[in-house]
Amino acid sequence: MNIQTYEHDVIVVGAGGAGLRAAIEASAAGVSVGLVCKSLLGKAHTVMAEGGIAAALANVDERDNWKVHFADTMRGGQYVNNWRMAQIHAQEAPDRVRELEAWGAVFDRTPDGRILQRNFGGHRYPRLAHVGDRTGLEMIRTLQDHGIHQGIAVYMECTIISLLKDGERVVGALGYYRENGRFVVFHAKAVVLATGGVGKAYKITSNSWEYTGDGHALAYHAGAELQDMEFVQFHPTGMVWPPSVRGILVTEGVRGEGGILLNSEGRRFMFDDIPENYRNQTAKNEEEGFRYCLGDKNANRPPELLTRDHVARCIRREVKEGRGSPHGGVYLDVSWMTKPGAFSKFKDPEFVRSRIKDPVEHIKKKLPSMYHQFKELGGLDITKEPMEVGPTTHYIMGGIRVDPDTQMSRVPGLFACGECACGINGANRLGGNSLSDLLVFGKRAGEFAAKYAKEHSAGRINPQQVEEEMRAALAFLDSPLGQENPFQVQYDLQNVMQDLVGIVRTEAEMVKALERIQELKERAKRSFAPGNREYNPGWHTCLDLRNLLTVSEAITRAAIERRESRGAQFREDYPEKKAEYGNRNTIVSKGPNGEMQFRWEPIPEMPAELKRIIEEMK
Amino acid sequence: MGKVTFRIWRGDKSGGDFKDYQAEISEGMVVLDAVHQIQATQAPDLACRWNCKAGKCGSCSAEVNGKPRLMCMTRMDTLPHDQPVMIQPMKAFPIIRDLVTDVSWNYRVNKLIPPFKPRPPDAPDGTWRMGQEEVDRIQEFRKCIECFLCQNVCHVLREHHRFGQTDEKGQLTSGQGPSEAELFGGPRFMIRVASLEMHPLDTVNRLPLLQKELNIGLCNITKCCTEVCPEHIHITDNGIIPLKERVVDEFYDPLMWAVRKVGEALGVRRRKSLPMVNP
Repeated sequence: MNIQTYEHDVIVVGAGGAGLRAAIEASAAGVSVGLVCKSLLGKAHTVMAEGGIAAALANVDERDNWKVHFADTMRGGQYVNNWRMAQIHAQEAPDRVRELEAWGAVFDRTPDGRILQRNFGGHRYPRLAHVGDRTGLEMIRTLQDHGIHQGIAVYMECTIISLLKDGERVVGALGYYRENGRFVVFHAKAVVLATGGVGKAYKITSNSWEYTGDGHALAYHAGAELQDMEFVQFHPTGMVWPPSVRGILVTEGVRGEGGILLNSEGRRFMFDDIPENYRNQTAKNEEEGFRYCLGDKNANRPPELLTRDHVARCIRREVKEGRGSPHGGVYLDVSWMTKPGAFSKFKDPEFVRSRIKDPVEHIKKKLPSMYHQFKELGGLDITKEPMEVGPTTHYIMGGIRVDPDTQMSRVPGLFACGECACGINGANRLGGNSLSDLLVFGKRAGEFAAKYAKEHSAGRINPQQVEEEMRAALAFLDSPLGQENPFQVQYDLQNVMQDLVGIVRTEAEMVKALERIQELKERAKRSFAPGNREYNPGWHTCLDLRNLLTVSEAITRAAIERRESRGAQFREDYPEKKAEYGNRNTIVSKGPNGEMQFRWEPIPEMPAELKRIIEEMK
Repeated sequence: MGKVTFRIWRGDKSGGDFKDYQAEISEGMVVLDAVHQIQATQAPDLACRWNCKAGKCGSCSAEVNGKPRLMCMTRMDTLPHDQPVMIQPMKAFPIIRDLVTDVSWNYRVNKLIPPFKPRPPDAPDGTWRMGQEEVDRIQEFRKCIECFLCQNVCHVLREHHRFGQTDEKGQLTSGQGPSEAELFGGPRFMIRVASLEMHPLDTVNRLPLLQKELNIGLCNITKCCTEVCPEHIHITDNGIIPLKERVVDEFYDPLMWAVRKVGEALGVRRRKSLPMVNP
């Protein structure tokens, strides 16, 4: 086998927040670590995260603690979360945030000089440590600049196409360098997947080209299980106009800072539909909601800060019933606070005025990236005009089923963390819980992968497997049958998922989607990339398509089986939440003949202590 | 809105040429959209880096009509449509293919910078206290998305090729004398050093690094870097000039040298902050 091979104890695939954190931790444990990333270092999707990192530091509201954070996460996830992961996450997030500060991160400050925290959907207290609206950039840069001094070998612009196995165990990975198309083998005792999400399966998405479900698909083919794949988060506020920016994220921080949602009639429709289990925590009127945004501890949050699944559905309803904006969204408005007399309708306008001296400057300071994004891409000044927004595919709660403490999948030596792993979020993720998830479980995955590597010798790589995978990958470049344009196949898949397995789902449509996916699989096999192996995006798309098709099928199969509406899954044919689905997770895995298998996994009984916490916080 | 011609550089390190493509323009479209359209319909092997498409990752840097830009933030309605839109790769870095250049040198420079090392925690729980005004100035530097457009236009790098040399251990170093072996860190890394030097908690002295390894003296403040920064960071005024002053104070001012020595004898801590130009 004449192919470049690198030996490491631990290989981490993906260099966003989770991958970097895993690599740092594994390296600190004294093992040799290779970090493989599809793009340049520091460009991963974590840079797009805007709002903040959720952690119960209790810097802004001393009533906050891990128990409240745990209860919020479970409520947001509609109780199908892995409760152990939700617990670990809530308990360990504060330390992970403080650690970032010790590594040089510069968060916004409270008046007494501590890390400032902001309000976000579904979080009872201000909990998100943040840096304006570019928290993800701060996090990835901090991890990157810390990580490069930890002796980690970084392999940039290198895409993993297959995991290599020795019997049951994962012992390495095969990839190619984008630059020259040459293959490379990473021989490792443990592999950590931290590849992020699947957003590119949908037409309207906030995700970049990298988000093609690589980790999900790699793990699936290596024998791991995928859990809760039906739960795809549609972020309620993506840009809708102009067409070229459709889907780009508008941070929830806009609503956290007092942005309101309006329909074409100027009605603040979020007050019209407040779910029962959130009624006690939601503001009774506009003034109370805004006071909450300004830090009044006696006020409840505005309905715009209900969970993302609910807000996204409300927006869709307004649009469908003819009360949408001209380009098929609704209005998100922060400019209301800059209008003359904006606060005079309140009973206590002085409270607001004492906190916002200059509304225009206030918006620019709190939401600098949003101000620029709309100014430069939308030609709109958010301090003067409302934005047009609509739901966009943002995140997948489902992913590789892992042990909650160690993050190891059922395949020995294969670990997963971050978005590609499953458990903490249940049926819906709260904003801000992703960045903390990356840190908490990235660290754990790194720690336990290093431990596993120390306890095991290197396995044997099967050259035949490598040969087969390479041959299959190269077939797209010189296949005599090749005629399909991979970009077109991807585009068609995105339309299928958007139209048939989107925010509102029915059995009939999803069955149709499965048929279409099978057809697309055949077309994908015949896709052809002219040109050579050097930095050839057509070829890369052919390879990524295989993963996209696998995860699309997994999403669809799981969504069909969950015949109820819960969190991010809304079934028009089963619009109610059903108790019998509240204690189990969907699982898909690869069957003996290569077919996708489905089964239910019961959720283990929650310890009495955690049950009590949930009851107390209701 | 009609078709526009795009004249895109195609080739690799052995050479190349401009090639014309047509793309259909729609409202609000950016240059990167046109490149994607061309990729999907006419040239699937057209190499181009991109990720976020929202000006946040700094991947799609190129020269559009001769101006260094992020393609994802360059709206078509800011360019004339009656003549070809020229797109070519960044000029300061070696070509890989088409619009993709080899920017790995930047990652090697970054590694030369000693990492952040905080003072002991301020509070018994292991945390620190910093005022918002204290962190405002470095938050500006930390907005950097590493698009390397500033490196691309810096004439010390672009025209005088001060990329340093690699020693036998594979380490990037600055050779001696006024030659191309000399290393200049470039605006991006001046800003990165500034973000550390002006960090309220940091304790490391990177002035020797600035003076010797990164050769801050080579910058003669033409401000080209500031002009192209998509994050509107005041690279020169708020970063490089204050750093230059510190280097001068440290190495070239006999009075300051004496004051510092006396200070050190008396146990006075080095000052870590300087006045800042209002952004």
